[in-house]
Amino acid sequence: MEIQEKVIFEEELDVNFLNDIKKASLCEEIDRCIQCGTCTSSCPNAEYMDYSPRKIIAMIKGGFKDQVLKSFTPWLCSSCYNCQVRCPSKIKITDIMYALKRKAIAENVYPVRFPIAVMDKEMDKILTTSGRSSELWLMLNLFLKTLNPLGLLKMAPLGLNLLKTGRLSLKKESIKNKKQLRKLLKSVKGGT
Amino acid sequence: MNNYIYYPGCSAKTNAKHYEESILPVFKELGFDLEEMEDWNCCGATATMSVDEKKVAAINGRILSLAETAKKDILAPCAACYLSLKKANSFLTGGTDQAAEILARLKDIGLEYKGTIEVKHPLEVLINEIGLEKIKEKVQRKLSGLKVACYYGCQVVRPFTNFDDPDYPESMDKLIQALGAEPVEYAAKTRCCGGALAANLEEVGSKLNYILIKEAVKKGADVITTLCPLCLFNLEIMQSKIAKKYQVNIKMPILFFSQLMGLAFGLPKEDLGFSRSLIPLKAMWKKLENGGANEQ
Ligand code: SF4
Ligand code: SF4
Repeated sequence: MEIQEKVIFEEELDVNFLNDIKKASLCEEIDRCIQCGTCTSSCPNAEYMDYSPRKIIAMIKGGFKDQVLKSFTPWLCSSCYNCQVRCPSKIKITDIMYALKRKAIAENVYPVRFPIAVMDKEMDKILTTSGRSSELWLMLNLFLKTLNPLGLLKMAPLGLNLLKTGRLSLKKESIKNKKQLRKLLKSVKGGT
Repeated sequence: MNNYIYYPGCSAKTNAKHYEESILPVFKELGFDLEEMEDWNCCGATATMSVDEKKVAAINGRILSLAETAKKDILAPCAACYLSLKKANSFLTGGTDQAAEILARLKDIGLEYKGTIEVKHPLEVLINEIGLEKIKEKVQRKLSGLKVACYYGCQVVRPFTNFDDPDYPESMDKLIQALGAEPVEYAAKTRCCGGALAANLEEVGSKLNYILIKEAVKKGADVITTLCPLCLFNLEIMQSKIAKKYQVNIKMPILFFSQLMGLAFGLPKEDLGFSRSLIPLKAMWKKLENGGANEQ
């Protein structure tokens, strides 16, 4: 197998990236990573990631902004907090993964057709307008946005089973005081 | 005695109706008349946190302040809600400038949050406040012979737990034992089910859930009990995918721990949401009927 290695020059790195992520994840300890690999060995999804959690932390420290933000790794984090409770340096790895997702969305470099990114955005939208999530509508929007009508068809038998057992609500769930919620959400805006 | 307000979360109104249908009557039996929070909103779960962290603090702040107005602590059975609320609570009471900003915006819409509310999981209240002795007293019908794999998943035991171990918790096992059933030694009890990834990334979902179910089968469990709506959902719906992918035939019932509690308390079986199971429960009923007598 031919080894392909892309050389990254110093000027391609972003010296502010580490600080940005520290701020966004409310985790000051990122510098203290000792590269022990506990996070990666605790991660149920590491094998599917393009960079392991340990590598992501090293790359954040090194300023590899472009590579980190375009990576699938944060989108393959299922927020299990295993790494976070085990890290000997008290690095909030799960919170960092969340911060990376937000930053990737804010800078518009997130994988636009990757179901997890789309689902997060769609659920956020539903929630902002109605105050509660509705699975059916979430699913419909998800398959539409990922251009995956086949996926929708494959879900049909499950949908029927959920309907039969009374576990699928067809109506759009919503809170009463939507006005209050909208006012609140209009006045706060994060996303990094 | 009742200092709690019930925060159902979205799942308990849709795919996890049987959680609510069992938690409420079980707590009632134990003397807690749980009132549902008026006009509660969604906690945002893992999705909103991936988009906008201030929004998460704000919507959870609304929930916390509604509880404060009612002068009651929050009882949140859903693992994702429990974590979101606990996380937001520690953020909002942290005294930072960012927290002050969110609190000010909440005040603008007439919702002041002073930070007096605690967020608890039913399991925590059952074990620490009500106690196993009282639970044992309520048992009318011992679940003898039933082998149960207690599955805790992630977000109740990590990272905010103060009532159990993040790696090898035992509170649900003790509870199940108090009902007369037999908890099996379940090494996968805090391994991740894939959460929101599972249903969307089949490859990931079927593998993670196969690990969980295989371990339960290996230990001879008749049923897996859980405390999380999303775990229950994943464990149920991935079984057909696992069967195809790994060429195995598994029919492992997945129930909320509260359903087994209701059953042991002698509450009417029909009212505890057993009919909502996507997996047939026949083998489990049979086992319960003969109290495990056919076991070697
Ligand atoms: S567990 Fe913590 S210290 Fe170890 S490699 Fe991961 S982030 Fe670094
Ligand atoms: S929280 Fe995310 S990165 Fe950490 S172990 Fe779990 S899935 Fe892996």
